[in-house]
Amino acid sequence: MVFKPVTSPHRHAALSTAKVMQWVVAALIPGIAVLTWQFGWGTLINIVIATATALICEAAIVALRRRSVRFYLQDFSAVVTAFLLAVALPPLAPWWLVVVASASAIVVAKQSYGGLGYNPFNPAMVGYVVVLISFPLEMSSWLTPVALLPTELGHAGVVEALAVVTGSGGIDAWSGATPLDLFKHGLNGQLVSDFYANTTLFSQAAFAGVGWEWVNLAFLAGGAVLLAKGIFTWHAPLAMLSSLAVMAIVFWDGGSSNSGGSVWLHLFSGATMLGAFFIITDPVSSAVSVRGRLIFGALIGVLIYLIRVWGNYPDGVAFAVLLGNFAAPFIDNYTLPRSYGHQRAKRATELPNE
Amino acid sequence: MRKVWETPGGIHPAENKAQSVTRPIGYLPLPERLWVALNQHAGPAAKPLVAVGDDVLKGQIIARSEGDRGTALHAPSSGRVVAIAPRAIAHPSGLPAECIEILCDGRDQWIDLYPIENYRNTEPSALLDLLAERGVAGLGGAGFPTAIKLATDRPTELLLVNATECEPYITADDSLLRERADQLLQGIDIASYLLGDPAERIIGIEDNKPEAIAALRAALAARSDQLPAVELAIFPTKYPSGGEKQLIQIVTGQELPSGALPAQLGIVCQNVGTLYALKRAVVDGEPLISRITTVTGKACTINGNYETLIGTPLTDLLTHSQLDPNRLERLIMGGPMMGIALPDSDLPIVKTSNCFIAADNTEVAPEQPAQPCIRCGLCAEACPATLLPQQLFWHAQSQQHDKLEAHNLFDCIECGACSYVCPSNIPLVQYFRAGKGEIRQQRAEKAKSDFARERFEFRQQRLEQQERDKQAKREARKLAAQQAKEAQSEASAPADSAAALIAAAQVRAAARTASPEQQREKLTRAIASSEARLQRANEKVTEAQQSGCDDATLQPLLAAQASAQQKLTQAEAKLAELSADPGKGPSPAPTQADSQSPEIDAASRAIAKARATAAAREALSPVEKIAADLAALNKRVEKLRDKLAACEEAEQRELLASSLAKLEAKQASLQEQQRALNNGI
Repeated sequence: MVFKPVTSPHRHAALSTAKVMQWVVAALIPGIAVLTWQFGWGTLINIVIATATALICEAAIVALRRRSVRFYLQDFSAVVTAFLLAVALPPLAPWWLVVVASASAIVVAKQSYGGLGYNPFNPAMVGYVVVLISFPLEMSSWLTPVALLPTELGHAGVVEALAVVTGSGGIDAWSGATPLDLFKHGLNGQLVSDFYANTTLFSQAAFAGVGWEWVNLAFLAGGAVLLAKGIFTWHAPLAMLSSLAVMAIVFWDGGSSNSGGSVWLHLFSGATMLGAFFIITDPVSSAVSVRGRLIFGALIGVLIYLIRVWGNYPDGVAFAVLLGNFAAPFIDNYTLPRSYGHQRAKRATELPNE
Repeated sequence: MRKVWETPGGIHPAENKAQSVTRPIGYLPLPERLWVALNQHAGPAAKPLVAVGDDVLKGQIIARSEGDRGTALHAPSSGRVVAIAPRAIAHPSGLPAECIEILCDGRDQWIDLYPIENYRNTEPSALLDLLAERGVAGLGGAGFPTAIKLATDRPTELLLVNATECEPYITADDSLLRERADQLLQGIDIASYLLGDPAERIIGIEDNKPEAIAALRAALAARSDQLPAVELAIFPTKYPSGGEKQLIQIVTGQELPSGALPAQLGIVCQNVGTLYALKRAVVDGEPLISRITTVTGKACTINGNYETLIGTPLTDLLTHSQLDPNRLERLIMGGPMMGIALPDSDLPIVKTSNCFIAADNTEVAPEQPAQPCIRCGLCAEACPATLLPQQLFWHAQSQQHDKLEAHNLFDCIECGACSYVCPSNIPLVQYFRAGKGEIRQQRAEKAKSDFARERFEFRQQRLEQQERDKQAKREARKLAAQQAKEAQSEASAPADSAAALIAAAQVRAAARTASPEQQREKLTRAIASSEARLQRANEKVTEAQQSGCDDATLQPLLAAQASAQQKLTQAEAKLAELSADPGKGPSPAPTQADSQSPEIDAASRAIAKARATAAAREALSPVEKIAADLAALNKRVEKLRDKLAACEEAEQRELLASSLAKLEAKQASLQEQQRALNNGI
């Protein structure tokens, strides 16, 4: 009996990268379900197109690199990127939009840097930003939530939705602005309370915009499950939500016509909860240490508020996340933990004999 | 209850300890052969003290490490040494090591033991020497010689006893505590005495060993109040709490500064197995020849602890535990987190073999290829030293050694917690071990090249200095030659005749000659010494004449007297000459007293001596002359006789015999002449 030399440790915790990714996808399901309920089949169609594109692109690049396609695809990371992108894009977006977004996310933002683990920017956000800037019209064509549609209309059926997506139909019957978009461009000198009373999207809502508030709550629930499972730590999401809330509270002037929006609006509309629990927790592009993650999350929260209120775009999560990714190595340099036996934490760039 | 602190990080793997403590500590039947490896301890390998073919008794010392209090190795059973040869041992490198092979004779006969009941009557240094002599080493893992560890020159505040055994599967310390807690306490007392009775003695133990804790509590309660107190510190189970640094943090809340030893904080850590061995060595007088080893794993039907002899082949242990080879997936020495996977079972037990796991395929992780690091940070959460394993991995992959050191690579205790939790199956600890090895090698090479550079620079300096010295000498000689030339241009002798050479040399000597005052001083001294010599010679002659000795001894004394007289007259003449003509240097034929050129000195000395002896001979009467000749000849004959007696070669004997015959003939003729002269007088 002769054995191959194997290094310690000889046992392993049950978690694997594929399992982590599968849990993330599983936690997205409540949010996807609510999106489908509120806005129809568009989200699911997006998911199918995005996933297919992502897997095909990744397989192609991996084959070009002459690696094992099966090994690199089975870690589920491309699927997660596709799901996040599909959820972020407008439902019933044209199929080519989804393809472009997905392809640029996988090929440009992930594989061209070396694949999983090497990308400095969040791939889903890169894909989103590419199409947001390239196709602003299509990217601002959102849908009305089902509660506000005429009862006999309902959302498009599958066939109709597919027709819209492939370009042979229009979405005018169902189109509607998002709460953030409405708030930014529709305030027009009214007081916030008046604006809320005059806009059905807000007047019929519980606290932050019909339909969208449930979507965000669903993503919050999914994120809580991931936290409980230990897929990521609480530092980045809590920091982002807290700093966004603090910014909203600090700059709340009581609801004047110039206000940036209430705390509830900011926390429960747009991509806030998705961003907090699924986007900024992408471990590859975020900060390394827990102190670093606190700063990273806080920075992103502040940037989201800045872009939403004083920037050009109604929702600033994607840009804020990318700016945070830029800052992550810098944050890492100053937030290394203090190791056992040392008096103070070092800088990452502090070499010995200096 | 003693207060305990919590360490950061850590993991909670499945313990798997229950299956190996269901029965008491067992004993194996005596093996047929034992292999005692010579490099079992931390430090240099031991040198064997026995040779092949020697009979040894159980407990007899068979090897010792060099150095102050280097540990010793002993024969685990009586028998005969049949080989001292390299063979495979359980080391991660897989390299073979020298082992002393003992064929057991089955009698298991002990040497005479010398137990020490009242160790407090022995000086601590003598006890430490005893410990080294009896081979007590650290049984917790590294095998560091205990005598060196306990001989700390700093004052010790705390003796920390490590009963943690945090790795899964291992229950060797647990079973020791359950059955032999009172002996452990004795060992603690001995260690405490050797450390100068520190202020505190604390046993650190995890809470997953309730039976061991109960046994310890019972032993502590039964302990005499006269003895110094031993406290129990019980803390929650977490891997790795048993590491020295972590245990210190848990029990005292202090952190060991990076690169420091616990002794610098006044703390000495010892494993319970080591302290038990300490007790056996001192109180029972037994050298360390056995230890408690756990054999566990699903591939073995029987899981348990055994007091095994050092050098027992692992196959014996496994056979006794009813190993099923078909189920065996991996053989691990140590625990599953830090243990070594063994290539096969044909290996001998060493002092640090605390556990063997015969794992089947459900107990070990199948080897999987590593996926890319997703920077999830689970490794940093698990690290007990609060390092960033993912950054260390990043830099280890790209071999950026300076960044590795910046991220405190050498603070890693290689516990394996990071690799355990990594979702991408990256063998992080192996990367860190490789990184550490590369950095150490670089440091060694740098030290070597620094040293070589220093030597080279020094050599360059030395050569330059030599060049400068040579240059200076050349200049001086040139100058002297110029002066000599100028002096010689007055002389008429041609440059290339021998006489001219001598003259030139004399002129050189003259150029270096001393001033007239110095010469006069020298001559005065020479005169004084010659007078003294003459006086002594005179005394000797008169004494000999008065005591009436024969001519043979008298003649040499007379000759000495004459030469002393001659020397004195020469020196006086010299002085007179100098006084008469102070400007003139010494005469062209300089004598011994004032010539300074060494070649001229030797030659002139020889000449002078010859002249002196010739003058002395002339001064002698014919009788004295013959006597002196005869004396010299007698001496030569004696010498030749001795030579002949000592010589053994036939040819040389012939030659010597013939020359002896000639000399004797001459001797006879001289004696004839002497008689004739004497008769004539």
